[in-house]
Amino acid sequence: MNPARLLAILFLLITLGVGGQTPRALAAEPSHTSKRSLTETGIEWPTQEKLWRTVSLADYNTRVVFGGVTALGAAGGLVGTFLLLRKRSLLSDTVSHCTLPGIAIAFLVSEALGFKDRSLPLLLLGAAVTGILGMASVAAIRARSHLKDDAALAIVLSVFFGLGIALMVVIQQLPTGNAAGLSHFIYGKAASMTAGDAQLILYASLAIAFACGALFKEFKMLCFDTAFAHAQGWPVLTLDLALMGLVVAVTVIGLQAVGLLLVVALLIIPAAAARFWSHRLGITLLLATGIGAVSGLVGVIASALFPRLPAGAVIVLAAVFCFAVSFVFGAERGLFRHWLEQRRVGRSVARQHLLRALYEWCERSPRSGKVEPPAQLLDRPVPLEALRTDNHWPESRLRSLLRLGRSEGLLSTDPAGNHAHLTARGKIEARRATRNHRLWETYLLRYADVAPQHIHHNADQIEHVIDPNIVNELEELLAGRDDVLLVPADPEQPQAQGTAGGLAS
Amino acid sequence: MNWTELDTWIVITGILICMACALPGAFLLLNRQSMLGDGISHAVLPGLAIAFLVTQSRDLLPMVIGAIIAGVVTAVLTQLVQRLGQVENGAALGVVFCGLFATGLILIRVASDKVDLDADCVLYGSIETAVVDVGRIPRVAWVSGGLLLANGLLTALFYKELRLAAFDPALATTLGFNANAIRLGLTLAASVTTVLAFESVGSILVIAMLVVPAAAASMLTHRLHWLLILSLGFAACSAVLGHVAAITLPGWIGNRIGHPGLNATSSAAMMAVVAGALFFLAWCLSRFLHRSAPKAPGNQPATSAVRTA
Repeated sequence: MNPARLLAILFLLITLGVGGQTPRALAAEPSHTSKRSLTETGIEWPTQEKLWRTVSLADYNTRVVFGGVTALGAAGGLVGTFLLLRKRSLLSDTVSHCTLPGIAIAFLVSEALGFKDRSLPLLLLGAAVTGILGMASVAAIRARSHLKDDAALAIVLSVFFGLGIALMVVIQQLPTGNAAGLSHFIYGKAASMTAGDAQLILYASLAIAFACGALFKEFKMLCFDTAFAHAQGWPVLTLDLALMGLVVAVTVIGLQAVGLLLVVALLIIPAAAARFWSHRLGITLLLATGIGAVSGLVGVIASALFPRLPAGAVIVLAAVFCFAVSFVFGAERGLFRHWLEQRRVGRSVARQHLLRALYEWCERSPRSGKVEPPAQLLDRPVPLEALRTDNHWPESRLRSLLRLGRSEGLLSTDPAGNHAHLTARGKIEARRATRNHRLWETYLLRYADVAPQHIHHNADQIEHVIDPNIVNELEELLAGRDDVLLVPADPEQPQAQGTAGGLAS
Repeated sequence: MNWTELDTWIVITGILICMACALPGAFLLLNRQSMLGDGISHAVLPGLAIAFLVTQSRDLLPMVIGAIIAGVVTAVLTQLVQRLGQVENGAALGVVFCGLFATGLILIRVASDKVDLDADCVLYGSIETAVVDVGRIPRVAWVSGGLLLANGLLTALFYKELRLAAFDPALATTLGFNANAIRLGLTLAASVTTVLAFESVGSILVIAMLVVPAAAASMLTHRLHWLLILSLGFAACSAVLGHVAAITLPGWIGNRIGHPGLNATSSAAMMAVVAGALFFLAWCLSRFLHRSAPKAPGNQPATSAVRTA
């Protein structure tokens, strides 16, 4: 199914779920929120009853905040993924700082116009205007000067935020300034979210999701191959601006809930976490949306249980936790998966080195006096000391290689520990490993014009990563014998060339 | 506008601290690490909070140590996330500093029961209150003077290495200088500067001064030593003009919107704004100069980065 459509459906479900709750909740009694005394200190563990009430979203306030913050987290994850893929994650940081002067100016304007109360839409409008202005400044600096992304972001961030702080200090001197609660926009105050705020966030998130769904294909192209999109005649600049507009939208609706210092986390962290799980854009988007929503959910519940904890910070920490889990256990890029992969490749390389070393020892030291049929070449026990010195292996390396060989049933060692015998399977595998190596060496020497002293290293790099299926295919083409694998002579030894001494006949 | 001794000290401290930040800032700009200042200034919060929790006081030394550790942890964690997780540089920094900042906010909330502390006073420490001191010369002036001296000495001592690492890390490595180590040292110096400076004057001024003067200077010159000299000049100008703007503008605006008698606004914030204005002027000037300059064949194009001497 089209990921865009999936996303749209997901959002519809979330919205219906939360929207459906709101009317019922409106009819419910507003719960009694006990006023905590100022002298009360410390983090206090909630009672079981309170725990249950919170987790089951029995309180009206919790439900409202839950709806708003979850939708916000989901929208942040969605837009943040595109932003991350566009390699502009920190732009969200700049945009969020840029909203502060807008809020302050909007407040001053409403003061000058004589409004009595602060009106949220006006403040948010101001925030959006300076957010867009800041974004445009970044784009202008990037396009019209030699400065790079990071410098443009840092300049715009610090200058706009400085202006914002200067204006805030002025506002605090106004008679109405202290009561305005503008500092909530800096740190956020999710708990004071009203049903109207939550609905605003919901509808805005829905609109953002809709825009992402509608522009899915275009954004995908923009993120993965800008040059191609440009060459195909897509309006790259307009699309970029549309994406930045969505970033501003998420930032502005997030200001109240988590504050401008932390809303950036909702745009960066869920997306970065989701990237560890999939290489597919659709799945990454779904995961980022989900991680954002879950972080919001966890943050709301935790801050309802512990009212003294700042909700915004808890939301961010929940997201960071998701990130840490993804970082370690992510299915595509996680550390654990990476480690397993490295271990697997390391074992396979070590195995091939061991088998080739055994084969080459047998080849180098023929039994004196009689011509040996190639089928019996590998029958003899190999002295371990010779194996070790020939290959310059330290004692520990030899031991670990032998352990590996024994555990895979490729060889057995005699009780005294002086000699190694290849098993039947080991013989086949040893021939195969040596053969692969030499085929590559031959190819490099004949067709790739690689100097003889370099072929060993180059072949070593390529033989371990070649797919066994390809080797099988090649072997079928070569119509080799069933009983013994063909092993060409070592092309590194000039005297061996052309004698076909190692070829089974 | 009545100028007092306090104003003089604010301007002197401002000049010193802006110049102290501009020096490492120029190299951060060349290394494309400008957002580091922003990241560190958020991320040191848990370091400060833990220092408070451990010592139960607001002494300078443990606070600075905690902040420096947090700054280094930020730089190292960012590198780890970036390398091991193949996360893009900006996103890695974002994840790390957001996480640390959130931790810091929670720790401060927990600590605020025991120590009088809130995030505002940490993040927006103000230069105006810092210069009010019992002695003749305010402590913050000593700190910023010392910082400027230390950064100046470090720049002079490692000028060659810093230049090499900024312009051609590969060449630096082949010549036997460890470019990564030099960059780490720069990061460290920037962290210490950030922490010491914003403890006294607030984070916003530090973030601005780490990048804006250097960026403005880079508009006007392609030579590294001129870049440094011009950065220092821009930084000093921002400090002076910023303070003047801070004590004159609010009254002027207040009269316009019907609130006469407004007092001065935050000097640190206005210094940042003035630095931005100077940057804009330098930018326009460079555009103008570039347009009017005759294009000789073989000239460096406008987009070329700053060249080494």
